[in-house]
Amino acid sequence: MNLIDVIGPIMIGPSSSHTAGAVRLGLLATAILGETPKKAQIFLHGSFAETYKGHGTDMALLAGLMGWLTDDVRIPNAPEIAAETGMEFSFEPIDLGEMTHPNTVYFKIEAADGKKCEIIGSSIGGGQVQITQIDGFPVEITGRLPALLVPHKDVPGVIALVSSKLAAAGINIASMRVFRTDKGGTAFMVIECDQNIQGVLLNEIEALEPVITVKFIASVL
Amino acid sequence: MKKEKLSLEKWIKDADARNITLAEFCLEESAKELNTANIAVMAKMKEVLEVMHASIETGLSGVKSHSGLTGGDSKILAEYKGNALLGKICYDAMTYAIAVGEANASMGRIVAAPTAGASGVLPGVLFALKKHHEFSDIDLESGLVVAGSIGKVIGNRASLAGATGGCQAECGSAAAMAAGAVVSMMGGTNKQVGTAVAIVFKNILGLVCDPVAGLVEVPCIKRNGSCAVQALVAAQMALAGVESFIPADEAIDAMKRVGDQLPCALRETAGGGMATSPTALEWAEKYFGK
Ligand code: SF4
Repeated sequence: MNLIDVIGPIMIGPSSSHTAGAVRLGLLATAILGETPKKAQIFLHGSFAETYKGHGTDMALLAGLMGWLTDDVRIPNAPEIAAETGMEFSFEPIDLGEMTHPNTVYFKIEAADGKKCEIIGSSIGGGQVQITQIDGFPVEITGRLPALLVPHKDVPGVIALVSSKLAAAGINIASMRVFRTDKGGTAFMVIECDQNIQGVLLNEIEALEPVITVKFIASVL
Repeated sequence: MKKEKLSLEKWIKDADARNITLAEFCLEESAKELNTANIAVMAKMKEVLEVMHASIETGLSGVKSHSGLTGGDSKILAEYKGNALLGKICYDAMTYAIAVGEANASMGRIVAAPTAGASGVLPGVLFALKKHHEFSDIDLESGLVVAGSIGKVIGNRASLAGATGGCQAECGSAAAMAAGAVVSMMGGTNKQVGTAVAIVFKNILGLVCDPVAGLVEVPCIKRNGSCAVQALVAAQMALAGVESFIPADEAIDAMKRVGDQLPCALRETAGGGMATSPTALEWAEKYFGK
């Protein structure tokens, strides 16, 4: 925790976990989908389901999906603005089980071209967040640092291929984790970097044989 | 390897050994940690102060909360013409702190310092002091650096979240941060900063987190007002030369132990305290039921 974490963030109230954290979860979901969704089914678990109305969690999630930041004064009007821009959205309670963090959201989102994505994430306190699942895959994305999300074929050597591309471009890797469900199938690489990453480099990584796609996820903190 | 805990005592010793103020010490440390220049840290604090100031104005304009449960109290206080019991600084600190709490509940723009729920305490105290002691913005900025650094120690040794440590960790920590900032701004010694922090925790220990309906409104908003005054009480004792038998780090550790002993019902779950009084339960049912 540094000075800016303690004296901050600058945010729209009332709750760092239920409002600011919710904006960040929306931002991450949109980054993972790759664009602002046209359709969003949003399921709320635990305390999110019970108290979202009083905390403006619904507004905050939509604001994040539209790419707004935690201190955007338009947040209280997010539902109207989302509807005006033609986004279809709904909120429903869901029970994801006792083991799930009480402030958890499950997004089923769809882009204009029909591309779909299912994302689960939690607001874990003080506005910090964590994406824990993408399309059924367990992952861990915190949005603290700029990150690359790289679904790839689980074959030997992929990590070296990707990291050498980053090294050649002078990008410093802060952390790298690989998530997979079983050997030899698809795996997810989450690479946190110290710098933002440009489109050209993303294309180069995406062109690597075992890589399926690459998504850049900007820092949301 | 176990990382050593941050220690306010140690920082005070180090600053004394170098013959610099704790404010100077904290600024240097923060700049190092954020990998930036002192002036960039101050610029960030300036931005924070502007938002804090605007959030006081928002509250004083008489906003209603998003749920409709609270709002308008800071306006009542600001317009009160009766015989004030409190001195001017305490009265304004209380009023401004409540104003920010109300701005927060109305989905206004605030600075979470250290959290959104306790966001009124620091601006309340700082701007009341500015008004009556003619401090400059730079004084306030360096006060914020001290406050934030104290918050880092508390976050590291204990917690700054109501869900973990109860309201003593949230509004209580905000008061400790503000008390330290006040002592530093008023020219107290480095040791007196630590004393003020210790005194706040002595006075606030055990404060539970019991938000009605789980919303950051009742009792949160009024607690911001009372914790702003608590900060001034502790700072006043320290500045006058009163000492604390329990040192600051140990007072923070005591707060942590109490937080760990608090049942879950008294840590932001709305399962106890004010939140389960009949009036609260009835309101919550009506509000969420419809
Ligand atoms: S009662 Fe709980 S929610 Fe309210 S200010 Fe205190 S810690 Fe925050």
